[in-house]
Amino acid sequence: MSSGVKAEWPLYEVFVRGKRGLNHVHVGSLHAPDDQMALLHARDVYTRRNEGVSIWVVRSTNVLASSPSEKDPLFAPSGDKVYRHPTFYEIADNVPHM
Amino acid sequence: MTQVVDERELEASFERTIAHNDRIEPRDWMPDAYRNSLIRQIAQHAHSEIIGMQPEANWITRAPSLRRKAILLAKVQDEAGHGLYLYSACETLGVSRDDLTRRLIEGRQKYSSIFNYPTLSYADVGTIGWLVDGAAICNQVPLCRTSYGPYGRAMIRICKEESFHQRQGYELLTTMMRGTDEQRALVQESVDRFWWPALMMFGPSDEQSANTEQSMAWGIKRHTNDELRQRFVDMTVPQAQALGVTLPDPDLVWNEERGAYDFGTPDWDEFWAVVKGDGPCNAQRVAHRRRAWDEGAWVREAATAFAASQQTSEVR
Repeated sequence: MSSGVKAEWPLYEVFVRGKRGLNHVHVGSLHAPDDQMALLHARDVYTRRNEGVSIWVVRSTNVLASSPSEKDPLFAPSGDKVYRHPTFYEIADNVPHM
Repeated sequence: MTQVVDERELEASFERTIAHNDRIEPRDWMPDAYRNSLIRQIAQHAHSEIIGMQPEANWITRAPSLRRKAILLAKVQDEAGHGLYLYSACETLGVSRDDLTRRLIEGRQKYSSIFNYPTLSYADVGTIGWLVDGAAICNQVPLCRTSYGPYGRAMIRICKEESFHQRQGYELLTTMMRGTDEQRALVQESVDRFWWPALMMFGPSDEQSANTEQSMAWGIKRHTNDELRQRFVDMTVPQAQALGVTLPDPDLVWNEERGAYDFGTPDWDEFWAVVKGDGPCNAQRVAHRRRAWDEGAWVREAATAFAASQQTSEVR
């Protein structure tokens, strides 16, 4: 039966590169006692059918995320800069390749 | 400057997201009832995958060939994987993995009652793939569009893999149907036992379902239990005909007017008895899970201790 250690294994976030040329994409999370085991568990849980050529694992506590409640102020700087988009510029229809 | 955000404003924003068919993500504000309803449903789903390993694992050591054994091993491993996807989705709602496991082995959370039926012959491996996983696919495909992001993403991964589960089951039964009379009889007997429990997997009829209405308003569920049950029957009847088995329901008949099959009523007394713990295998399933949890404790602890010792030696 269980003795002293009660703590859960830490949580890791898993990112998989589907194939060469693609970014690593977040696919889910898992628990593991250490980094190396997290990588092995990630292989077993998230790539049983050739879903990836490369895996990243990172402790969930090491991910700093923006807070949903400050969503508007955080992203506000890009909100009013329509001139950053190509559609802001009017080009005559007879100009090709643009 | 701290801004006190009005609870009503948060709720309005949540309702807008739902109304636009947008997804709710883990750190968004959500009503407690929505959170609790999701925890209940996702946990029950995760537990079903984990408990669902048992009836099939029962046959791994007695698989009739190496091919069947490799397939069954892969399938049971998938069920474990599905449980893990769902537990991790559930944890984003603020419950811990250990807590979820405890709720299961202490009987505080349920799992699908289908797994409280025994697997008596190898044909049951095929029938579970065909009917039980077939019913699960019917239930799960619409859940890929559920309103809670992590749940929907887990369901997408699961649905991709379920197709293998159903096809290997159907192929197994097809092989047996091409065999001896005795093998054909085993298939029919298995289908007879699993047909009604498979129909019960969609849950009680709509007027008896306590959670359906609210779950649909929140976009957690996309179809009612009866709609999904009907869809499953309509999909399965032609598969049964192609296989050459009969489905054990004298009321099963094509209804030209509705463009769908009429079918009999499942034995709801049996359904509620199994849900409440009186199925053939309820006690055995939970006892087995509890034993695996208890007997695995030293492994979890040893791995934790090893990780801690590695960290200490790095510091030195």
